Amino acid sequence: MSKTIGVIVFPGSNCDHDAYHALKHVMGAETRFLWHKDNDLSGIDLLVIPGGFSYGDYLRSGAIARFSPIMQEVIQYSKQGKPVLGICNGFQILLEAGLLPGAMLYNEKLRFVCKNVYIRLENEDTLFTRGLEKGELLDIPVSHGEGNYFIDRDGLRELQDQNRIVFRYCNSEGFISAESNVNGSVDSIAGICNPTGNILGMMPHPERAVEPLLGSTDGKKIFEAVLDNLAVA
Amino acid sequence: MYKAKIHVTLRKSILDPKGKATHQALQNLGLNQINNVRIGKLIELDIHADSEDNARELAETACNQLLANEVMEDYQIEISDNSS
Repeated sequence: MSKTIGVIVFPGSNCDHDAYHALKHVMGAETRFLWHKDNDLSGIDLLVIPGGFSYGDYLRSGAIARFSPIMQEVIQYSKQGKPVLGICNGFQILLEAGLLPGAMLYNEKLRFVCKNVYIRLENEDTLFTRGLEKGELLDIPVSHGEGNYFIDRDGLRELQDQNRIVFRYCNSEGFISAESNVNGSVDSIAGICNPTGNILGMMPHPERAVEPLLGSTDGKKIFEAVLDNLAVA
Repeated sequence: MYKAKIHVTLRKSILDPKGKATHQALQNLGLNQINNVRIGKLIELDIHADSEDNARELAETACNQLLANEVMEDYQIEISDNSS
């Protein structure tokens, strides 16, 4: 049965159409937009919270979006084990909503970073990564000013012990160092999941790497994996 | 009517890159006696409450639930009586 994907649109979202294009036209999946004031997620098999600057990043990135009516539904939806993918500002919103732990600081070097980076797959056992290989490198762009992931020492240990770090920034050889860490994130973290692996937050933009014209098609691998995993679920 | 002045700052253990860059600029100005710069934000609330304690409690709730992210920020609340 074909799966339906919902892309949430907040005031200030600006990667919503990219995500829609990637899922609908490139992946060929049934996709629709969901306005942030909607409160009906019935029939949605995968939720995408796209990047952008919801509410102008006022106060803190994602802090106001958390109070949009749809977020209460997203919390209920995720509790049922259904998949939620937060990309960039979507990741920030998931952090502010408490669906994932930690917070985002300004990039260590204070610059908005917009470039292709390599990320290494650390956990191949989530709904979004099953089918990919552990250690696999993905060439995917980042585009953010506040992507410096922070969590305290105990929180980090928990993420590590529970294998919830899904992606880490690395170089083209797959090595992780201070230089390959584009924004200063704790432990080079680029993406994490919740304990049950159905909520993934990531700073890189897979929807911007789905066609050869865009310079990389590696982002497509994540969408393929999640759609395949949903099909067999 | 009370006024709450809320100072939100990054936790001490967290590097403040904006403060660090500003500190560098102050040093370039020759203001070498300045040893450290931390940048935060000031939020002012006008609060209808029947006592200072109630106003403070309300401001606390606002901070816990929205104005500060306690993963990375600390806050301080100052309350003043604005009714005069």
